[in-house]
Amino acid sequence: MNSVAKPRRWEAFFWPAIAAAVLLAVWHYSVVLTGTKIFPSPTNVKTGVIELLHKNVLWADIGDSLRRVAVGFGAAVLVGIPVGLWLGWSAKANQVVNPTLQILRPISPIAWIPVAIIFFGVGDRAAIFLIFLASFFPIVLACVSGVSSVSPVLRSAGCNFGLSSTQLLRRVIFPAALPQILVGVRVALGIAWLVVVAAEMIAVDSGLGYLVIDSRNSGKRYDLVVAAMLMIGIIGLVLDFSVRRVERIKSVRWGFRNAS
Amino acid sequence: MKLPVWLRPLLFIAVLLALWQVAIDRHPGQLLPGPIGVAKGILDLLQHGLLLKYVVASLFRVTWGFGLAVVVAIPLGLMLGWHRRGQMAAYPIVQLFRPISPLAWIPLAILWFGVSDLAAIFLIFVGCFFPLLLTAMSAVHNIPAVYVNAGRNFGLSSSAFVSRVLYPAVIPQLLTGLRLTLGIAWLVVVAAEMISVNSGLGFLIVDARNAGNRYDLVVAGMVLIGAIGLMLDLAMRSLERVRSFHWSISED
Amino acid sequence: MTEAGAGQKMRVEHLGMVFQRDGGAVSALEDINLDVSAGEFVCIVGPSGCGKSTLLNVLAGFLSSTSGSVTIDGEAVTGPDPRRILVFQERGVFPWLTVEGNIGFGLSKLSRAEREARIAHYVQTVRLQGFEKAYPADLSGGMKQRLQVARALAVNPDILYLDEPFGALDSITRVIMRGELLRIWQTERRTILFVTHDIDEAVQLADRVIVLSSRPARIKEILAIDIPHPRNISSPRYLELRDELLTQIGLAYEV
Repeated sequence: MNSVAKPRRWEAFFWPAIAAAVLLAVWHYSVVLTGTKIFPSPTNVKTGVIELLHKNVLWADIGDSLRRVAVGFGAAVLVGIPVGLWLGWSAKANQVVNPTLQILRPISPIAWIPVAIIFFGVGDRAAIFLIFLASFFPIVLACVSGVSSVSPVLRSAGCNFGLSSTQLLRRVIFPAALPQILVGVRVALGIAWLVVVAAEMIAVDSGLGYLVIDSRNSGKRYDLVVAAMLMIGIIGLVLDFSVRRVERIKSVRWGFRNAS
Repeated sequence: MKLPVWLRPLLFIAVLLALWQVAIDRHPGQLLPGPIGVAKGILDLLQHGLLLKYVVASLFRVTWGFGLAVVVAIPLGLMLGWHRRGQMAAYPIVQLFRPISPLAWIPLAILWFGVSDLAAIFLIFVGCFFPLLLTAMSAVHNIPAVYVNAGRNFGLSSSAFVSRVLYPAVIPQLLTGLRLTLGIAWLVVVAAEMISVNSGLGFLIVDARNAGNRYDLVVAGMVLIGAIGLMLDLAMRSLERVRSFHWSISED
Repeated sequence: MTEAGAGQKMRVEHLGMVFQRDGGAVSALEDINLDVSAGEFVCIVGPSGCGKSTLLNVLAGFLSSTSGSVTIDGEAVTGPDPRRILVFQERGVFPWLTVEGNIGFGLSKLSRAEREARIAHYVQTVRLQGFEKAYPADLSGGMKQRLQVARALAVNPDILYLDEPFGALDSITRVIMRGELLRIWQTERRTILFVTHDIDEAVQLADRVIVLSSRPARIKEILAIDIPHPRNISSPRYLELRDELLTQIGLAYEV
């Protein structure tokens, strides 16, 4: 809902461009006016990005971060969706397990770092474990609530056509809950991206998070810090976009209220 | 065997704890403590007065960081959401900033605020600001046109319009957003405390590990983090159940 | 074992239903006795909340009765079965499947060719040609209900239960849908049990109208509609039967 008439096409590019220009100008002039030597200006960051691109470290770090997210998040999807469907399906199982989930869920994945290091040592597997934990709970909970909010009419309709329980789960419950599951998956991916950076700052020595902390520690290269942050933002945005694309697919689009 | 319903989840937890204890007992010399060790660790913290001190320190940072973000982001988001051109201008930038892990701001936080409470509060603020801004913007966006038209129809002044139509209409969505964001705040404070300050539950975990591998205290810290996180979540949920908030647009 | 008469489809005997709610027992259905013959169109009317839908759900096997029995072709009803399909008032189609996917939902045991032929046939029957690939979100309310009927007919059921199928539609669409349903019934000749709260709908469609009393529901009256199709809705006999029904339900016929 909105206060003014429908904007024209060019405005969709014009206003964001203006906002970005203002932001960059404020940033630039506050660096110039305060005369800071440490904090980089937009131009410094640009040269920083170019430097990173040329040194190839950037690609290696991006690759490492994405690999960790892919494995940890992928495992969480593969384990979390069946577990969540089962818990949503069986009220008894949910009753027994849900309190435990609720207690484990709010433990910050970062707080698991020392435990992860005991189990897996400093390295990839510790980071992957953290990402798995961070994305597992949102996915399971989204599945549980997705399944329990499947309309009883659709369940009955499915039963009426003589489906067995597994068929009902596969052909009615899962597709009916899918929109909500996808929302959970998108949230979980956002958290995974947030956690991978944190984990890399503490528990491993590669990846974009490591790039941020390392650029600071070795020589106060704040231009590289900000450049790496920018990369983190852009990649996170791309990840989010790709899940949103999935939400547009016709067989799940019905479940999103703002579908257009 | 018929168990009362409320006993089953407790029994499940008891079984998990027992398995944990047995697993630890069978591998002596493990760094990881069993549940009994953790309970002793929590008692230990209580006796030294550290428990209360650290919990208060963490909650203090969350309150300020989250509170500031709410005060700034919600009005700004509502305003941007209401003016379509404002939303257009801000949206791409917000989308770019949101996926930047708040922890990636740590170097900047330390640069600007030093190793201090302020740095941690800043990180929590950054972590909550963008999600809240987006929530507020989309909450305005999702107000059904009927409500807006009805409000105009009754000839409300713009301030009355805001307080009597806009605000009640966005509350349910805002509350859900606030609850999720408080979860993020709680996640960030732990991480921030692990890196940039020297008190709080996050610091407890890192410190207990670094200073003498006291893993009983590490896990005790995790248990406390989980318990407090759960309480925060429950408190926000009970807010969502308040009568006048308890409707949602999907009920139409 | 009761002896099935010629062409008899369903026999309901002393059917009762008691719900346990908050410690108390609430009786919804009491001593329902009913015989339905094959190919018959039966409407069930009654005041709102009287238990019409409960009755239909018991007959379809979604709820089990607390006393009495339902037998179809001499076989007791114990659960839902594709030989008898329930059509819901609204939101009964699967929103993640296309029109074709919905109609083919109950046909997974057929070969591909057979399935496609069946789908094409029922798309024709309910006149959804051109919408085969459309999703329910793109269909109007009336089209969704036609789709539900097609999905039900496609599995070749003996009995169709319709639970206020046109209740959520506007009055013009409702009149059109009645015509469509009659046309389909006359070509396919299934046994139909049709719950409605609309007296005109009942008199226009049914061979017999069952009038239920308010809670707990008992059969108050069974009225045979002895007007041949197509029915003239301003004929004296039509008005007479309609008034009879209105009186039975306890509504005066003056506004």
